[in-house]
Amino acid sequence: MSGLNVTTRTLMKDLRMEWRSKDAINSMLFFSLLVVVIFSFAFNPNAEESRHIAGGLVWVAFLFAAVVALNQTWARELRNQVLDAYRVSPAPPNALFLAKVLGNFLFVVILEALMAPLFVVFYQLRSVGPVWQLVVVALLGTWALVVNGTFFAALSIRTRNREIMLPLILFPISIPALLAMVDATTMILTGDGTPDFWLKMLLVYDVVFTLVCLLLFESVLNAE
Amino acid sequence: MTGTAAETSNQPVVILQDLVKFFGRFAALRGISDSFVRGKLYVVVGDNGAGKSTLLRVVAGLMEPSQGSVTLLGAKNVRDVAQRIGYMGHAPLLYDELNGMENLRYFAGLYGINDDAVCRAAMQQVGLDPELERRVGQYSQGMRQRLSLARAVLHNPELMLLDEPFSNVDVHSARDMAAILGRVRDQGKTIFVVTHQAPLMEPVADEFVHMAAGQIVGREARNRSAQSAGVLRGGAQ
Repeated sequence: MSGLNVTTRTLMKDLRMEWRSKDAINSMLFFSLLVVVIFSFAFNPNAEESRHIAGGLVWVAFLFAAVVALNQTWARELRNQVLDAYRVSPAPPNALFLAKVLGNFLFVVILEALMAPLFVVFYQLRSVGPVWQLVVVALLGTWALVVNGTFFAALSIRTRNREIMLPLILFPISIPALLAMVDATTMILTGDGTPDFWLKMLLVYDVVFTLVCLLLFESVLNAE
Repeated sequence: MTGTAAETSNQPVVILQDLVKFFGRFAALRGISDSFVRGKLYVVVGDNGAGKSTLLRVVAGLMEPSQGSVTLLGAKNVRDVAQRIGYMGHAPLLYDELNGMENLRYFAGLYGINDDAVCRAAMQQVGLDPELERRVGQYSQGMRQRLSLARAVLHNPELMLLDEPFSNVDVHSARDMAAILGRVRDQGKTIFVVTHQAPLMEPVADEFVHMAAGQIVGREARNRSAQSAGVLRGGAQ
């Protein structure tokens, strides 16, 4: 049984289901749009102020929006107890986890690509540092959010208040990654210093948490 | 029964040893020790709360026993023989947002099957049209159960564990499904059916396994040749 084959099939299945329902992407878009507009009106920052607050604002918006998608990741598998069909099959548990992470990563990256122009317009953002570094921060940061989020969403699926449980577990453990994402983004936007340290920290965080989640996922999947 | 199946019919395919399952302080299974041979259709019956579904889930590897062990097809670890087991749960275990073939294609992939013909054959075997575009969410309960059965048999498992396959299914469909199970058993497969509708299974059952209070309290072998009328008697209760 090829794990890669199962991952690909599960990812394609999830993308097809999301394309038909658009549950996750619509909720995330709507939520992010609200954050952008409300904060823009609330602070009404000039270009210089925007550069200093945008790092925090952007990532908080994406973090909250990602939670909306993450909560739905496993909901589809719980309906009709489909997860049991996976558990009795010989397919490797990690293949399922990886497919879910890749799916969520794709959804959040699409959201970021759609929302980035709006952030630029509403907050008059002009990056002083190189834009490609922002792309690297976005990719590494998004992976950090979704790999932990997907894992903890799986951990909380058997709890009664799983929509509340996920942020309660996810946010504290994401603080180091969030700190790195916000500081790196602010440094790039303002041109104050180099974000190398924070990028390395994000990379290490991604590698460590991806490995830990992959190692522990089978126990989480089969927990009663 | 086929010749091959007859030759191997005395081999125990499921061995339960001192099986205990606790939910908190409640013992759902209380020290079950028994064995079941290959190529037979076992119908597990008992009142609500007797432990039938729990037993099936423990055997399927969906629950860890609190004590004791299960040996399936000669393996202590169910994952080692997962390819040879088919499971149909109380719920349909299908995606509502996909159509029948899309569901089967996905689940076939989990068993390393990439051939569409296998999925088509499984759908036809349970009397469903593979060309049906309708999503499973729009299926009737009977169609869902049939598709769920197709999902459980599509990888041609040696051992099938079916939990309430006739729930919410009309009598006509349930009789059809019982007949399908009889034919699958005749190919040498071992089938466990947990059901409250025992009369439906009478024409095809090899043995009734009676459960009460978390224990197997009796096993009643049926002489199928004596039921030579071959008519599916009885109906849903």
